Amino acid sequence: MFQILDEDGKVVNEDAMPDLSDEQLQEIMYRMVYTRVLDQRAVSLGRQGRLGFYAPVAGQEASMIGSHYAIDKEDWIAPGYRDIPQLLWHGYPLWQSYLFSKGHYKGGQMPEGVNALIPQIIIGAQIVQTAGVALGLKKKGKSQAVITYTGDGGASQGDFYEGLNFAGAFHVPAIFVVQNNQYAISVPADEQTAAETIAQKAVAAGIEGIQVDGMDTLAVYAATQKARQNAVDGNGPTLIETLCYRYGPHSLSGDDPTRYRTSEEDDEWEKRDPLVRFRKYLESKDLWSEEKENEIVDEAKADVKAAMKEVEETPRQKVSELIEIMGNELPNNLQEQLEEYRAKESSE
Amino acid sequence: MAEMTMIKAITDAMRTELKNNEDVLLFGEDVGYYGGVFRATEGLQKEFGEDRVFDTPLAESGIGGLAIGLGVTGFRPIMEIQFIGFMYEVMDGLAGQMSRMHYRTGGYYSSPITVRAPFGGGVKTPELHPDSLEGLMAQTPGIRVVVPSTPYDAKGLLISSIRSDDPVFYLEHMKLYRSLKGEVPEEAYTIDLDKADIKREGDDITFVAYGAMVHSALKAADQLSEENIEAEVIDLRTVSPVDLDTIVESVKKTNRAVVIQEAQRQAGVAAGISAEISERAILHLEAPVARVTAPDTVYPFASDEDVWLPDHNDIIEKAKATIDF
Repeated sequence: MFQILDEDGKVVNEDAMPDLSDEQLQEIMYRMVYTRVLDQRAVSLGRQGRLGFYAPVAGQEASMIGSHYAIDKEDWIAPGYRDIPQLLWHGYPLWQSYLFSKGHYKGGQMPEGVNALIPQIIIGAQIVQTAGVALGLKKKGKSQAVITYTGDGGASQGDFYEGLNFAGAFHVPAIFVVQNNQYAISVPADEQTAAETIAQKAVAAGIEGIQVDGMDTLAVYAATQKARQNAVDGNGPTLIETLCYRYGPHSLSGDDPTRYRTSEEDDEWEKRDPLVRFRKYLESKDLWSEEKENEIVDEAKADVKAAMKEVEETPRQKVSELIEIMGNELPNNLQEQLEEYRAKESSE
Repeated sequence: MAEMTMIKAITDAMRTELKNNEDVLLFGEDVGYYGGVFRATEGLQKEFGEDRVFDTPLAESGIGGLAIGLGVTGFRPIMEIQFIGFMYEVMDGLAGQMSRMHYRTGGYYSSPITVRAPFGGGVKTPELHPDSLEGLMAQTPGIRVVVPSTPYDAKGLLISSIRSDDPVFYLEHMKLYRSLKGEVPEEAYTIDLDKADIKREGDDITFVAYGAMVHSALKAADQLSEENIEAEVIDLRTVSPVDLDTIVESVKKTNRAVVIQEAQRQAGVAAGISAEISERAILHLEAPVARVTAPDTVYPFASDEDVWLPDHNDIIEKAKATIDF
């Protein structure tokens, strides 16, 4: 397992240390703290019934932020439903992520210039689509890569193998990140596969594979940066397995992790917390303070408040609008139904 | 104009669009060097290069995902599913993904994809090759389902499908590939995707059909004509969405309808159409809307398919029962 920082925030792999400025190191910590706060707020908003579907991310910040920080603004992301933080740092507005959570179609409208698919609900579908996006980038001669995310459960899907195999066969600029957070809802990772690692599945596709400490943001960053370089240099795809942990439930839709996990296990993983570890590292370099962190917490909370306000001011979607966005052209059956729903809505 | 088989017209449509728009890509299993198991893509890789016309690994879901990813990066993919029964392997790509891309992204992304697949019985293929699965796709909002019945229609409808910014499932009846020839203009032309075509005019009864059944309906109409029964034959051309205006207008004239499909009776395209006719034109009907279909079994082994598939005799019988009602 590839690691740079140990649990005490000490550098254990000096040679692999990425070339990051002090400001960049602080920026990574800023994003991780901000993301942790967003997650806490989303869980609480979800419990109040003010959000729709939400999949908690606490524990996965190093995996999400470290990998995303290594890609370029021009690169593409094909996320799973848990990968909202990477999208946000790629330019997807927070309030739109809340609309997505609530099932509002405006949540799916990426802002112009944000190269991303909207979060995938079907486990693994984004993996085969990634092979297509990567082939498209290659055919257009772009110096861009596409990064996609799934979990340990996603690595069991047929689409996972098809996507990796296609990407390898077409030799395209794709980065596949499996965030092995130990559980596919309740089924532990060691029941997903008899393979020793998920990273080794790269061998079957003839592509690079690496297993990384997913609680170590510098290791995830370094591995992704290398994968990205390989991708844009025409050296083909990489599979990265990040070993991490999801502290919360699978989603806020009724999952109770105490039924399949012990508190001892939770405690064990919390000792490896990505924020604690990186904070210790930054403090040792005199780059972090409690005051700085508190400012970020306040900023994130204020942003959540503003985003929720925007969401609550967004008009409810109408069925007639949904009919209008079914496709580019309105077929005759929908034309008829559109008139019906417009009449219904105007009489409301 | 040139005389062409349906398969040549299909190849010609793809050639036209590959030439017309460099974002058009054609891919699938064996479509490249080999030119397709039916030779539908013969010569196209040689003409347009491996970058535009290429073979994929053997995995349908991968092919569907590839099409979706290429679609969002600015290409206009034509993907081939080698035989219709293999669409089960890419059902998520078709029904779960490309069909709703425009909807779930509020119009930000589209799936300008044409999915081609051979289907249809009567040519003794193994199981899971000849099934009529158009009803399954017709259940899925967001994807058009096109089934041509003549070489002329095949070219015009395929060009329209490739140019459409919305996904089209374009089904090619295997029995029609080489069994009939027709005049096909050499230049590019399009046919409106949502418009049915009246292949034969008549005042006594309306036949609604698509694919190979159009020809069975025409044969039945010719024989009925000898008994002074004139059937109007409507070729749906697009089975989702259905051009109900053309059907209802015809039924108002003939007052009788028989809906014909090669697929099994349960659910499916004909069931939907007969319900629509009842709802829209019940007072014009002199008899219940009848259906001619295959029975509700799995598609049979090749040795039984001739009896299992509906033919012109079944249509004649049903038409007479409807007229004598």
